[in-house]
Amino acid sequence: MSDQEILLTIKGLRIEGRADEEWLEIVKGVDLTLHKGEVLGLIGESGAGKSTIGLAAMGFARDGCRISGGEILFDGINLRTSSEAERRALRGKRIAYVAQSAAASFNPAHKLIDQYCEGPVEHGVMGRSEAERDATELYAKMQLPEPETIGFRYPHQVSGGQLQRAMTAMAMACRPDLIIFDEPTTALDVTTQIEVLSAIRDIVEQFNTAAIYITHDLAVVAQMADKIKVLLRGEEVEEADTRTMLANPSKDYTKSLWAVRSYARAEQPPVDSDVTPVVSVRGVTAGYGTVDVLKNINFDIHAKRTVAVVGESGSGKSTAARVITGLLPPHTGEILFNGTALPPDYRKRSREQLRQAQMIYQSADTALNPKLRLRELIGRPAQMYLGLNGKALETRTKDLLSLIELEPDDYIDRLPSELSGGQKQRIGIARALAAEPQFIICDEVTSALDQLVAEGILKLLDKLQSEFNLAYMFITHDLATVKAIADEVVVMKEGIVVEQGPKAQMFQPPHDPYTELLLSSVAEMDPDWLTNLLEERAGLTAS
Amino acid sequence: MGFIIGLVWFVVVIAIAMAAGLLFRFLMVQICPKGIAKEMRTAPMTASFGMLMILIYIIVAVFAPLIAPFSETEIVGREYDAWNNVNLLGTDNLGRDMLSRLIYAARNTVGIAFIITALAFFLGSILGLLAAIVGGWVDQALSRTVDVLMAIPSLIFAMLLLTIFGTSVVSMIIVIALIDSTRVFRLARSVAMNIVVMDYVEAAKLRGEGLWRLITREILPNAMAPLVAEFGLRFCFVFLMISALSFLGLGMQPPTADWGSMVKDNATLITFGDITPLLPAGAIALLTVSVNFVVDWQLHRASGLKEQ
Repeated sequence: MSDQEILLTIKGLRIEGRADEEWLEIVKGVDLTLHKGEVLGLIGESGAGKSTIGLAAMGFARDGCRISGGEILFDGINLRTSSEAERRALRGKRIAYVAQSAAASFNPAHKLIDQYCEGPVEHGVMGRSEAERDATELYAKMQLPEPETIGFRYPHQVSGGQLQRAMTAMAMACRPDLIIFDEPTTALDVTTQIEVLSAIRDIVEQFNTAAIYITHDLAVVAQMADKIKVLLRGEEVEEADTRTMLANPSKDYTKSLWAVRSYARAEQPPVDSDVTPVVSVRGVTAGYGTVDVLKNINFDIHAKRTVAVVGESGSGKSTAARVITGLLPPHTGEILFNGTALPPDYRKRSREQLRQAQMIYQSADTALNPKLRLRELIGRPAQMYLGLNGKALETRTKDLLSLIELEPDDYIDRLPSELSGGQKQRIGIARALAAEPQFIICDEVTSALDQLVAEGILKLLDKLQSEFNLAYMFITHDLATVKAIADEVVVMKEGIVVEQGPKAQMFQPPHDPYTELLLSSVAEMDPDWLTNLLEERAGLTAS
Repeated sequence: MGFIIGLVWFVVVIAIAMAAGLLFRFLMVQICPKGIAKEMRTAPMTASFGMLMILIYIIVAVFAPLIAPFSETEIVGREYDAWNNVNLLGTDNLGRDMLSRLIYAARNTVGIAFIITALAFFLGSILGLLAAIVGGWVDQALSRTVDVLMAIPSLIFAMLLLTIFGTSVVSMIIVIALIDSTRVFRLARSVAMNIVVMDYVEAAKLRGEGLWRLITREILPNAMAPLVAEFGLRFCFVFLMISALSFLGLGMQPPTADWGSMVKDNATLITFGDITPLLPAGAIALLTVSVNFVVDWQLHRASGLKEQ
């Protein structure tokens, strides 16, 4: 690739962000060179400055941020000294941006094709009718269904994966020299992710477009990038071409990133068949209004065991959790707790029944009341259920904080906003533990976290399970998490359990076709994985 | 020429107001304990000035009998006396001291406006939060009732009710509080609607928390910012409403002093080029502006926190 001419050079880039009347440096002197047609993967944890650097490549800084030093040269134009008008002429036309959440980035009031045509028409690249013809062509290239008519739909009328592809097509509209992809597949299911990845890769190759691909998922970047740059707290850790980087990373931090995926908990002995399960879901059919989201679901969860419920979004896994907690009374079927049936509505359950089943939420940001201090957040369940007060309550709260590996005296009077993402999730765990339950539902608890942090949370949950004989129901769409923590797996699709059984059995053929599709869609660290997989699937459909 | 002199005066007044605001802020930073001092330091000049003025109004209202040279109702001279050494701001249509009545009116008008606003907020926010949490028919019943009440223009509705129930201070407080609580209800309900769907409220419900705890600990603290801002604005509206009603003769009854009726009683003086009737009007305007300065600052801070 390096035989092509240089497109983008960033030298000693420094970006500051404003916090409490002070400017703090968030990007500390990063260098970057990108040739035409080259794809650079930027990886790192959240807060590493990936997105900020991505935006800076367009000469843009977010509100409350400023570019304080360094040079950004795009095809000979210095983006730091050029005027706003000059930069605006470049954006959309020669540099395009694909945001993480296409659903939030499209204007819901306009049709897709209107938003597509805006860029090329505005920049004078082509006329309206020409742009529309071009859109159809690109939609077809992105393998969107019905490319002739899909543009005339509104954003809410197409699925998330299709929207993400429509957005990539939109970014390609002016045939830019550089596209910045900011986590374009993070919000998608594994099966959808593959479609988007392959579409992006094809189109980038076809038009010889350079790209900066920002992600925290190593396996994804391995498929997409020619070279990878690892970032940590605004500084470069190392940069190398993809194969070298994957085969032998030189820095310890990179190695630790690579090692995360190897965590797996010890194999548990099988449960005796005569032991009563803690939670037993019997023939549950439930839904909203007359539509059944769950159809005749059955599974058991035993003490000291983790049952992972896997499926794409819309498969009904979160609905199952709502039925168990009593937020959504089922149409038919029942929930048994230690052999006795629970009232279907949580308002009719006794305080003791409520105490026994606790829940940890996906997003700790919305699950913790931002105005309460940790003392009250964690202490409240203990006060309510166990009747602790005063000194005893304080001791208990501090014990809980030590359990989740946070320094009690340092943290007890903090607000949630004074914690990091991983720490917030730990508070969610502590709140669930404070009730001393037998059963905890973990709803996608690690999906919003970076891999290193997520691993810490999984290890903590594992430790707590053996300490307190807990039963877990682990809802996730990430099969790597399932491999790490599950004893038994329940695979769901469109409200039906397609397959269930012990983990070892699940990860070995023969599979149900849907399980097979899910399993094969999990990205692997091998840079040839996507190419091989697509060839394999093409071969299957051809024969 | 007159225009230029006016302009100079305007600039001088603004400069003095700003200097007073700055001085006040400096003093507050020195006096207050650390936490409040830190917040005070972020106050812009307008907000400092607003706080200073509100403080002065409060002092005047609380210590009215000590500050005022004459009593509220005593007749001390001829009608419509000009400004002189004894009656610093002259006398009113019955020969009562204008300055004393201005001072006492601060007590009546501001005090009653505060009571009304507090009552309206208590009623409106509790019912609004309740409607948002419970939903269903409770929400429907409350919201539709409020819709009906809001459909009637507030001043006309207040006049109607006061004519029916008689014009006493108590009935005025209840009537205006009731009318204003409908606006607070709408705001509290819509703010709470966004909070009720948060996971932490769901978690609290699943924990088995009661309604009172849900309202006071989980929802109200998170709805505080918009409600506080609304409190300031609503206070001004109530204030103007009392003055308007008093001006129309339906508010505070003579001989109690209040700014609205003072404007009405002395309005004839304006024809003679005397600015005395504008003084109570000015007192209303200054307090309204001051409260809004402080509210703007609080709003800005609340929205600034959201950005983080």
